[in-house]
Amino acid sequence: MASETQSIDSAKPLRLWRGGGKLPWADWSLGLYAAGVMAFLYLPIAVLILFSFNDNRSMSLPLKDFTWRWYEAFLANEDMLEAIGNSLYVASIATTITCLIGVPAALALDRYNFPGKAAFRRAVLLPIALPGIITGISMLNMAKMLGVNLSLETVIAGHATALVSIVVTQVYARLQRFNRRLEEASADLGVGPIRTFWRVTMPNIKSAIIGSALLSFTLSFDEIPVTFFLTGRDNTLPMYIYSTMRRGITPEINAVGTVIILVSLVLIVLSVVLLRDRSDKA
Amino acid sequence: MTLAQRARLRAGLVMAPPLMWVLVFLFVPYLITFAYSFYAKQFPTFVPDFQFGNYQQLVEDSQYYRVLFRTLKIAAATAVLALVLAYPLAYFLVFKVRSPSLRAVLYMATIVPLWVSYLLRAYTWKTILGSEGVLNSFLIWSGISSEPSEWFLYSQFSMVITLTYIFIPFMVMPIYTALEKVPRNLVEASKDLGVGPIRSFVRVVLPLSMPGVIAGITFTFCLSFGDFIAPFLVGGPDGAMVATVIQSQFGAALNWPLGSALSIVMLVLVLTIISLSDHMERSGRLDLA
Repeated sequence: MASETQSIDSAKPLRLWRGGGKLPWADWSLGLYAAGVMAFLYLPIAVLILFSFNDNRSMSLPLKDFTWRWYEAFLANEDMLEAIGNSLYVASIATTITCLIGVPAALALDRYNFPGKAAFRRAVLLPIALPGIITGISMLNMAKMLGVNLSLETVIAGHATALVSIVVTQVYARLQRFNRRLEEASADLGVGPIRTFWRVTMPNIKSAIIGSALLSFTLSFDEIPVTFFLTGRDNTLPMYIYSTMRRGITPEINAVGTVIILVSLVLIVLSVVLLRDRSDKA
Repeated sequence: MTLAQRARLRAGLVMAPPLMWVLVFLFVPYLITFAYSFYAKQFPTFVPDFQFGNYQQLVEDSQYYRVLFRTLKIAAATAVLALVLAYPLAYFLVFKVRSPSLRAVLYMATIVPLWVSYLLRAYTWKTILGSEGVLNSFLIWSGISSEPSEWFLYSQFSMVITLTYIFIPFMVMPIYTALEKVPRNLVEASKDLGVGPIRSFVRVVLPLSMPGVIAGITFTFCLSFGDFIAPFLVGGPDGAMVATVIQSQFGAALNWPLGSALSIVMLVLVLTIISLSDHMERSGRLDLA
């Protein structure tokens, strides 16, 4: 069936979408509507970037001259630079933990049976759909009960818990498509299970691990609802931005925001490409 | 050691770290929060106790009612608006975009914003809707209106717009996936039988995409239900949501037991919605079999 649709597609290679059916006006208005929704998704991001170069303290039209001053301001802002450093620290350690926890969790869900497996799967996946505030509050309560002081390390524990589900879902999905016969063949050839894992299983799930690690790094770098409750005296970048927003908004936020968005976009596109199902392309 | 013993040891070593982590950082914190919700407030902190005063306060004091009702309303409006925007987009991508690679790129473009800084995406709406913001200054500059409107920002309208913007990719994703799974030959068959495009859509495509719609509504509803960034940035004085109230109990109001009780209420509500939708999705799937 796939080849059939392809041959129809290739008959009219210049047309990008299927129009000209029974209801051409309906197709056109649907296309316009879809374009409008895409504009809704990207216009605000464009506005954010645009005003980071606008030489006016208030964010209003018409635009004034082009300027780098908001970028200079944020690069000279030591509190902000320190917050960026903290965020990088938190995101790298949290991502490392999510991989160390998430990959074995995906392996366990894929190939072992153990009591409480269903509950374990639900618990690991819960933080995706659960509002971050619940994760943040409950870990804050635990810190309070144990008398642990809040610090960047408590933030790391919170992020790792909230984001481990990303690694688990992606690696699990890849494992499900992985042909277990390859492992059996390796075992039949006398290769031990640990070497089989590193030489056969790992190369097959590597791109899923890297992809989900990039995603979890980006999310941890930008995370706020969990961080809000678990951070001590040191601020992460989103917390620093959040606290400056209390005092009022400045284009300096747009400047640092533009940098964050551009870096995130690169990491995310990279991650989506790595996570893509190879069989789709075939 | 025998081979079986070694295999079991290996399995144990693989499973132990994630199991421990989930136990220590998910189950135990929830249990502690549950326990705290029965504690008693005693300025400046709280003392262990077992009493239902916090829950009683939530039931008796009408302000919590109002906040809960408002939050449900805003979350529902967000889910509806997101659905209205996302469904046609997903439908267009799956059924109308001919080139598979263009479709993949457009789909990626739709979900990429999901992972881009949540705070900045909420913040940019503050700069757009504010009284000196982009929208108002545009309206005045272009002569459409003569005075800045305060109505755009600090209203429930601005919250619904912002929350929709933040969470809409969560709606597009499951609907897109569900639509992709709709067998093309069913649509063709319906056409061959002389059924018009609108009726084919209503009778064939729409029912088959319901699992995606339900999943999308669940995600957007639950996530906007628990949000406290949008009310902080674009919500007005009457814009407090449940999460805002929880946040203040752990901050300025300094009543952790009450905040914990409210978190438990939120947790139970969200879990109920998730399992309900799980059930609906599954029964939907059974219908097709």
